[in-house]
Amino acid sequence: MNQILFAGLTILVGVAGCLAYFWLSNMALDRVFPPRGASASANLRRSGRIRPWLFLAPAILFLGVYLVYPVFASVWLALSQGGVFVGIENFVWLVQDPKFRESLINNVLWLIFVPSMATLIGLIAAQLTDNIKWGAIAKSLIFMPMAISFVGAAVIWKFIYEFRAEGLAQIGLLNAFVTTLGFAPHAWLTIPLLNTFLLMMIMVWMQAGFAMVLLSAALRGIPDETIEAAILDGANPWQVFWRVQVPQIKGTIAVVWTTITIMVLKIFDIVFAITNGQWGTQVLANMMYDWSFRAGDFNRGATIAIVIMIAVLPIMIWNIRNAHRERD
Amino acid sequence: MDNIAGKRGHLTWALNIAVFVLVLLWTIPTVGLLVSSFRDAQQIQTSGWWTSLTPQQESWAARTGPPNTAIQADGTYVLEGNVFGDAAGEVVAFGISPMAPSAFPAGETAERQDGGTLAVNADGTYRLTQTLPFDAPDVVAGETATDAPPRGIRVFVTSTEPPDFTTGNYGTVLSAEGMGQSFLNTLTVSIPATVIPILVAAYAAYALAWMTFPGRALLVSAVVGLLVVPLQLSLIPLLQLHNGIGLGRGYIGAWLAHTGFGLPLAIYLLRNYMVGLPREVIESARVDGATDFEIFRKIILPLSLPALAAFGIFQFLWTWNDLLVAKVFLGTSDTQMVMTGRIVELLGSRGNNWELLTAAAFISMIVPLVVFFSLQKYFVRGLLAGSVKGG
Repeated sequence: MNQILFAGLTILVGVAGCLAYFWLSNMALDRVFPPRGASASANLRRSGRIRPWLFLAPAILFLGVYLVYPVFASVWLALSQGGVFVGIENFVWLVQDPKFRESLINNVLWLIFVPSMATLIGLIAAQLTDNIKWGAIAKSLIFMPMAISFVGAAVIWKFIYEFRAEGLAQIGLLNAFVTTLGFAPHAWLTIPLLNTFLLMMIMVWMQAGFAMVLLSAALRGIPDETIEAAILDGANPWQVFWRVQVPQIKGTIAVVWTTITIMVLKIFDIVFAITNGQWGTQVLANMMYDWSFRAGDFNRGATIAIVIMIAVLPIMIWNIRNAHRERD
Repeated sequence: MDNIAGKRGHLTWALNIAVFVLVLLWTIPTVGLLVSSFRDAQQIQTSGWWTSLTPQQESWAARTGPPNTAIQADGTYVLEGNVFGDAAGEVVAFGISPMAPSAFPAGETAERQDGGTLAVNADGTYRLTQTLPFDAPDVVAGETATDAPPRGIRVFVTSTEPPDFTTGNYGTVLSAEGMGQSFLNTLTVSIPATVIPILVAAYAAYALAWMTFPGRALLVSAVVGLLVVPLQLSLIPLLQLHNGIGLGRGYIGAWLAHTGFGLPLAIYLLRNYMVGLPREVIESARVDGATDFEIFRKIILPLSLPALAAFGIFQFLWTWNDLLVAKVFLGTSDTQMVMTGRIVELLGSRGNNWELLTAAAFISMIVPLVVFFSLQKYFVRGLLAGSVKGG
């Protein structure tokens, strides 16, 4: 009961504090430069110059402190050790660390496999569900894993990969399937390389619905005439899909692909919850967490974070360019 | 499109089946979790959840009644009773040694090594006989006969039991494993962490969309760029900062962090939406002497409700499901640990207690799933507005 009271109170204070800022600051501005009386128009001009910054101040403060400042602070941490500047020493250590090479290889696999599989399945699901009567329901169900936490998904899939010794009844779906076919059951999560792919499956399962929703909207935006013309020219459904529809939604495919790519770069929870990087499944984000919060070496942790940042940089630039082009 | 294709008819079947298979593949994992969370712990361990509706076969060891309850008749000692006690069940087979726990079908009589017999019937009733008194052979080595507790003799049975569903797993997880507490903690994190960024972002988005001031274009670009800054980069410097200014680890720090990380997307989505609002309405309000603060509150905010709702759902799901921010910025005490963190702990300490894990995972999924299915329309609209131009 105490906890509920505390939670309610803290929520109230947090939200009310935020509201109060906007309310009071704008009231103060109107008090100082009242939009009435003799100098009304001059006051309006003056307050008009200040007000945007009143509106923006909290956002700029948050963005600056929580996203911009850490970039610089992390660069400093990565270039120092115990508060002393050491140049690229941490990076040299990183490159020589076998666990880093393993993470890098795994990350590359994640980056190739997950976005492409999720986009492909999403694309196929979008096309198939758009043409049947119960498509909306099917879409909801495929989309549903989006709402589940990575940790929840980890529990779900760890149960599917669960292993019982040969001869015992398998309670994991995968081993039950494999033994039904007459093969021996395996402790899947301990088999190097294969286990990385099994972890990727979880991410694909979660992201395919996201890809499907965006791609389905894009597919519906294609003018019917182009499709009709292709069919009149004798194209079969397969050709219509791959040669007419897919090229027209290239832009959306790119957006979906990059969004999932960014998510994959930051993937942490799944690996953390299921294998914690054992048996050759380590990835950069989890390695960074390990070094920072298990080993307590913030400098090496920051070094790994910088590597992730560098990997994201091209996408960031591409994003900004796109945003500019949209405005023109 | 269907009618111009002409020969779509025979394809419809294949199409429906393909979608059905896809949906099945995508829902089965979650269904398995849900079913398992209601199953009896013993049954989860010994059989797959997909068999949960059929009677379950289990092998186990029962004990007869204590030896001193044996009755002597015609020179033999007899112990009788029921292996199920007061419970119900059906014995399929039984055995007298752990090496062959189901050597004899129910109803048969097995010869024991010392000349006695054991018979177990399908209904669980057993009859154990031997010529010597019962207390003698079952004395554990090193104990004297008088010290030995009057223990029954082991009988191995394989029985089928009716499907056993229970809500007990949820009770255990909510109270003993602290998920109930964590549920509240998660709520405490995610509600302010949803509302505060919406407020902050709405004001900023309005300024970026409708107010003219120097540096606006640069700020918009910065927001777009910050969309992809990896969270990992921020953890260490911010934790140091929080500790440095005495904020430490706690709810306030978690709210601030979630607000900071959620803002770029929020501003981006809301600005895109607000730019599309009709110019005339805003201009005419300005002519009527309304200040920007009034325009924002009375016109923009009500008109932007769909976008606000979309981002709200987004941010709520994100903060509710988050593990990383909570792990770094919140304490690990009972009053602060969120559900995802608790489940990860359970995975470590009770990795084989699937009845607890599945129930815990499902508790953490209930709210997101309810939000998702009831507000799906807005959620999808938000996705589209953010990613597809003009969507």
